[in-house]
Amino acid sequence: MKAPPLKAKVHVFLKPGVLDVQGKAVEGALHGLGWDGVANVRVGKLLEFDLDGSDPEAAKGELTAMCEKLLANTVIESYKVEVA
Amino acid sequence: MKAAVLVFPGSNCDRDCKTAIETSVKGKVEMVWHQETELPSGLDLIVIPGGFSYGDYLRCGAMAAQSPVMAAVRREAERGVSVLGICNGFQILCESGLLPGALLRNSGLKYVCKPIELTIENRATRFTNAYGDKQTVWMTQGNGDGNFFADAESLKAIEDNEQVVFRYVENPNGSMNNIAGIINRAGNVLGMMPHPDRAFEAALGSADGAPMFKSLVDAVVA
Repeated sequence: MKAPPLKAKVHVFLKPGVLDVQGKAVEGALHGLGWDGVANVRVGKLLEFDLDGSDPEAAKGELTAMCEKLLANTVIESYKVEVA
Repeated sequence: MKAAVLVFPGSNCDRDCKTAIETSVKGKVEMVWHQETELPSGLDLIVIPGGFSYGDYLRCGAMAAQSPVMAAVRREAERGVSVLGICNGFQILCESGLLPGALLRNSGLKYVCKPIELTIENRATRFTNAYGDKQTVWMTQGNGDGNFFADAESLKAIEDNEQVVFRYVENPNGSMNNIAGIINRAGNVLGMMPHPDRAFEAALGSADGAPMFKSLVDAVVA
């Protein structure tokens, strides 16, 4: 029987210091709705997928390589990988 | 002049680029699909056109930068062949690492589509030497992600090495240092957000894009 795949999650966000204009717009909208306590909104991406394998540490290495190659642009974005 | 224009799913200025080169300098143009692993031999120019390659999914130009044809473009660029990336083509060149920096969402969050005035910052390139003493030119702009960004160190290197070729007279999108187009250190890869391919004859409102193609022909002859 085939082992169930690992569940991968990759979070991608603009780096601190890179202007997030979407975040600013969302923040303005939340303020407009009365949530005055909201600050520093950042809009990012979450990618979820299945990944063959049984070793979470090896999988994290693969995910890091995927981020460096395609999933994130490290000129402007940072990323975080999770495996479950 | 022999040129290739790349075609990705979602390219929409590929035929504009072909017509611009044929009309302004009578160049011979081949269209090359993104799945090709080889480019035609003897090219003088590779154009990466504007559009929305792969639907701008993930990031503008991210998927196109990994397509088979880009490996061939990288090889040709390393051999010194001229590469011109316009709009989405500029984004693809940055994503592929052939140019420094990245293009962020426009600071006003709007898609900016209008004629735009540019200062020619560097006329000593193979893309701009036919502009003569012309200080400013008009082209058109049409993008949602044209906001040039580079970290402080990269930006300083770009400025110090005179890699800025075009600057906006009035910044439409938040680009750092009003940058509209940059060239690589070797001087053969240029990326720009404005469209010379939409400004190559007076009937289009401006013919200021034509000298760019003439410059490239002069570079071939010289």
